Amino acid sequence: MRQFSYSRPDTLDAAQRIPEHTRYLAGGTNLIDLMKSDVERPKHVVDLNALSMSQIEERPDGGLRIGALATNADTAAHPLVTERYPLLASAILAGASPQIRNRATNGGNLNQRTRCHYFYDPDMACNKRSPGTGCSAKGGRNRIMAILGTSEACIATFPSDMCVALAAMNATVNLTGPEGERSVPLRDYHRLPENTPWQDNILRAGEIVTSIDLPPLSFGPHHTYLKIRDRLSFAFAIVSVAAGLQMENNTIRKACIAMGGVGTKPWCVPEAEALLEGKTPSPSLFRDAADCLLQGAVTDRDNAAKLKLAPRVIIRALSQAAAGTPQSQTQKTIF
Amino acid sequence: MTLHSAKIGQPVSRIDGIAKVTGQARYAAEPHPAGMLYGFIVNSPIARGRIEAIRDEAARAVPGVVEVMTHLNRPHSALFEKSYMDGLGVPGSPYRPLHDAEISFNGQPVAVVLAETFEAAREAAMRLEVDYERWPHNADFEASLHQKYMPGKTRSNYVPPKSRGNAAEAYALSPIKIEGRYHLAPEHHNPMEMHATTVIVEEDGTFTVWDKTQGPQAVQAYLTSALSLSKDQVRVRNPYVGGAFGSGLRAQHNVFLAVLAAKMLNRSVRVTLTRQQMFTHVFRPEAVMDIALGAQPDGTLQSMIVNGVTDTSRFEHNMENLVIWGLINYKCPNATADYKVAPRDTYTSSDMRAPGAATGVNLFEMAIDEMAYACNMDPLDFRLHNYSDIDAMHDMPLTSKALKEAMHEGAERFGWQNRPMAPQSMRDGKDLIGWGMATGIWDAMFSPTSARATLTADGRLHIATAASDIGTGTYTILAQTASEAFGIPMEMIDIELGDSTLPECPTEGGSWTAASAGAAVWLACQSLREKLFKAVGKSGNISAWLTEGLSNNTTVLKDGFLQDKGADENLRLSLSEALSLTGQDRLEVEETAKPGLRGTISQMRKARFTHSAVFCEVRVDEELGIVRVTRLVNAVAAGRIMNPKTAASQVRGAMVMATGMALHEESLMDERVGRFMNHNFSEYHIPAHADIPDMDVLFIAEEDPEVSPLGIKGVGEIGMCGTAAAIANAVFHATGQRHRNLPITPGD
Amino acid sequence: MTDVSVASPCHLQINGKSYSADLPPSVTLLDLLRERLDLTGTKKGCDHGQCGACTVLVDGKRVKSCLILAVSIPDAEVTTIEGLAPDGHLHPMQQAFIDRDAFQCGYCTPGQIMSAVALLEEGHVHTREEIREFMSGNLCRCGAYNGIIDAIEQVLAQHQQDRAGEAA
Repeated sequence: MRQFSYSRPDTLDAAQRIPEHTRYLAGGTNLIDLMKSDVERPKHVVDLNALSMSQIEERPDGGLRIGALATNADTAAHPLVTERYPLLASAILAGASPQIRNRATNGGNLNQRTRCHYFYDPDMACNKRSPGTGCSAKGGRNRIMAILGTSEACIATFPSDMCVALAAMNATVNLTGPEGERSVPLRDYHRLPENTPWQDNILRAGEIVTSIDLPPLSFGPHHTYLKIRDRLSFAFAIVSVAAGLQMENNTIRKACIAMGGVGTKPWCVPEAEALLEGKTPSPSLFRDAADCLLQGAVTDRDNAAKLKLAPRVIIRALSQAAAGTPQSQTQKTIF
Repeated sequence: MTLHSAKIGQPVSRIDGIAKVTGQARYAAEPHPAGMLYGFIVNSPIARGRIEAIRDEAARAVPGVVEVMTHLNRPHSALFEKSYMDGLGVPGSPYRPLHDAEISFNGQPVAVVLAETFEAAREAAMRLEVDYERWPHNADFEASLHQKYMPGKTRSNYVPPKSRGNAAEAYALSPIKIEGRYHLAPEHHNPMEMHATTVIVEEDGTFTVWDKTQGPQAVQAYLTSALSLSKDQVRVRNPYVGGAFGSGLRAQHNVFLAVLAAKMLNRSVRVTLTRQQMFTHVFRPEAVMDIALGAQPDGTLQSMIVNGVTDTSRFEHNMENLVIWGLINYKCPNATADYKVAPRDTYTSSDMRAPGAATGVNLFEMAIDEMAYACNMDPLDFRLHNYSDIDAMHDMPLTSKALKEAMHEGAERFGWQNRPMAPQSMRDGKDLIGWGMATGIWDAMFSPTSARATLTADGRLHIATAASDIGTGTYTILAQTASEAFGIPMEMIDIELGDSTLPECPTEGGSWTAASAGAAVWLACQSLREKLFKAVGKSGNISAWLTEGLSNNTTVLKDGFLQDKGADENLRLSLSEALSLTGQDRLEVEETAKPGLRGTISQMRKARFTHSAVFCEVRVDEELGIVRVTRLVNAVAAGRIMNPKTAASQVRGAMVMATGMALHEESLMDERVGRFMNHNFSEYHIPAHADIPDMDVLFIAEEDPEVSPLGIKGVGEIGMCGTAAAIANAVFHATGQRHRNLPITPGD
Repeated sequence: MTDVSVASPCHLQINGKSYSADLPPSVTLLDLLRERLDLTGTKKGCDHGQCGACTVLVDGKRVKSCLILAVSIPDAEVTTIEGLAPDGHLHPMQQAFIDRDAFQCGYCTPGQIMSAVALLEEGHVHTREEIREFMSGNLCRCGAYNGIIDAIEQVLAQHQQDRAGEAA
């Protein structure tokens, strides 16, 4: 960690008047980790925690607004979330550990960075960390890397669980910045690496995530967050699927599905959702959806297992959602 | 409250427990001498080459930085390679930290930044710029196999495989055969405490070195030799060690560098490795074993051919006893084995919990399971059918082998008799259920060890030996031993370990500490009791009952009191009273336990091993292939069990590590740069709480007065041996799919 | 001690005692405890939030002290293993860890205990399986997991009895 100045403004306005090389601090569970790894080298750290952005409140449209500074733990345990958005609670509880979730914030979760070994190791070439140096994950030990949305410049996976559920649910991210406020669909918030992998998302300088809006959605019991990882807890996803279905007389009226662990961003394919809608759940239907979701997948040296697992995980998750038997995050049997 | 003497064999709670649960136990990085500097190591990003230039201006400009120590400005250290040899005796040219500009492995320390604060040292290390000339390297294990060789000089503990019969011919003639290449990924020890050293420069200029090590005297010997210091200039302490599993067998570079820096600056220094840096030194070698087995249709093994290779560095020849275990443990008329090492440009691989056997036994037991199925025999029956009562490789009798009993009792506890033979025959919902088993074997070793027993005026018994308790329960079992041997309650005993100034004790490892230090403590306590009785007897002026008892040899020392067997129970003398009668303020003895003590037998005449039978249940999601271990039973025959509570924990702990070996752990080498890339706890997965079911450990009665003076065999490693194979075999039974590579990970 | 960067004020209550100093902002709560306050009961096992050895309570919640800048939690109440049982008696969780042999080397132990204490306060675990999941942020390389779950279950049972008693 290199020296930096620290400030803790108590107004949004002050928080947005920032010099170059500033990083915002919320829970710090990723930023401080990255600073210790010498990956992030901010000259200024602006702590947002004096701002009041941790409310969780109902929206007039029947949706829910969750504050950017609400912790993952408080969000997952909030009665409005557990009652109405159990898919979100489940995805949050599938991630990290209780201690991390007690500090990590919802805004921070959106802005967390990849776990790519090469990104984390300053001795290695990485376009995301040091633009133009190349991607050493390609052809390297890339079991954990993405198979969807990759580019020549970067194959790093976006690691969040929470964002996978948010993407499935078509959440909206509310931002405020020097140029005013704006709202962006979560599905458009994260960027594909293309030629500029150092830009993880569409945030502009001085812009802050203030809250996340969840649309008024109800899947009843027809949802699941199914996460496959290298150990049964406290590990990042190899493949995960968030699925929510609105069922009516055994017909899928609306399908919401997103994948984690496989993409350079939370992976959604609207065609796959459309393909499910109006249909009766069946293994072959789910297989078609899986094929559609995984179209264009490219594996590299070590990560073929993801492509082998992904369709099976998608099919199982959709089966769980259709059956109304969401995956438990404590009982490790996968129903 | 009456305090009673604890007996060997009782499930006593750890006596270091209070220190550990209250945070009072101090580990290597935790003393805080005044004026201490923090050292932060900078590592090479290349695997081979030389340092061309070091630019340290930016590093030195960080406020608080005191020095940047490199090969260019370091103080003098020993010139000759042999001065850097350590107790482990790995042949070759030991790595000499900061010796010169040459780079032999990725992660090699190239500088140590020393600063007034940890934060300054860390930042300056980030700001140090080093230019390298890169030389070609090979860090690919597959490629290194082409260069495999047998070292001219072998490690002292290396057991050469010994052939019998004609294995090739017998294999060719065997009606039933299996053959395959089995592979184990490299693993890192990853004790929770990172390697660290705090050097305290004492007022007289001597160094007190708190180091994370399994052998304070070995580190002392290394430092005196490598840094040309005299023995009284260096005292090494390690009263608490936050796990090691073999990573603390050799003196790691942090201790050398910390003392070097302290010498250079004449200030106390702390050097702690980061978790990332824990992947720059020792690891369990990657291994392949080519195993061919031949049998008769009735399941009688006819031939075993085992060829194994493990990796080592380019500069040292690390060797393991990899290929011998099946040849020792199974009756089979024809057997042969061959072992080689393969060099690559990395740091030297090293011993990790049950070195050789953890790899060799598990991979071999996976092959045995395949053979049992090839013969259409229950894997337990197959093993019983080919059971050997002797060390079949050396054709030598054993001091004891209650493996058969372990197999029976373990099977019964597990419910093995209900197991259907066919794979994929048990299921529950979407889970396939599989039951697998394997046997384990590990050396039962004993090394000469000294201990001191001192009775002080307050009536307390002090035991001292330079053993290390790395979580093994050594403090506790030595207190139990002393309590029984001397006749004094545990509460009146102080155990001092982890200090190079104490009586000689070999480096903790190989599961030999309980047998060795236990015997030394027993001997010292018996000897001290005799000395006390004599001194009391000579003192005159003692009560008649005691005089009489001493002359009749009916005086006993019980629960901390001298009593006469025949006399009134109230007639007794406390230890402090007894000592004051002698006119001395302390009585002290030091004894050394050596082989041959109490009728133990020479290693040349009988072989000695610990055995186990492990049974495992897994559930495997049929579609997704996700494996969950749901039950583990381990029946262990390890001679006398000093403390069933701590011993069971030892075995369970190794079973957890073996679960990691089977399902999680793999250090991912990027051979392009020679670095293990998943160098953190986030991507090097050791089992977490959620991965580990309730484990059942049972100890099989096994009286063995020949193996070691107290009949102890040791339990630190046996849990590694067989458990990973039992899991892999259970996965086969669940799914019908064989895995010959460990770990078995999702998607395999 | 010479500090490396612009110092910022740090005010904390640590185990019931106030602590105030100007600190470089790069000092983590963990390094503050271990290197500047000699509270070495809180352990550093990875320094990146991946092992749980540094678990302490901040305002009653379990957190990883390695990932918190000491200056960023003004006026917070920090409880470390040293503050768990200030009167010299062991906390029931500490006693249960000894009773159930829930540790070997002892290095992850303070973190496990702090995490376990918070776990019971959080109040949503009832089964061994749930305890396992919600303790998975605390790694133990010695593999004392069975003992740890036993210890937590023992204290959980006491808790439930106490609560039943209170309710009655």
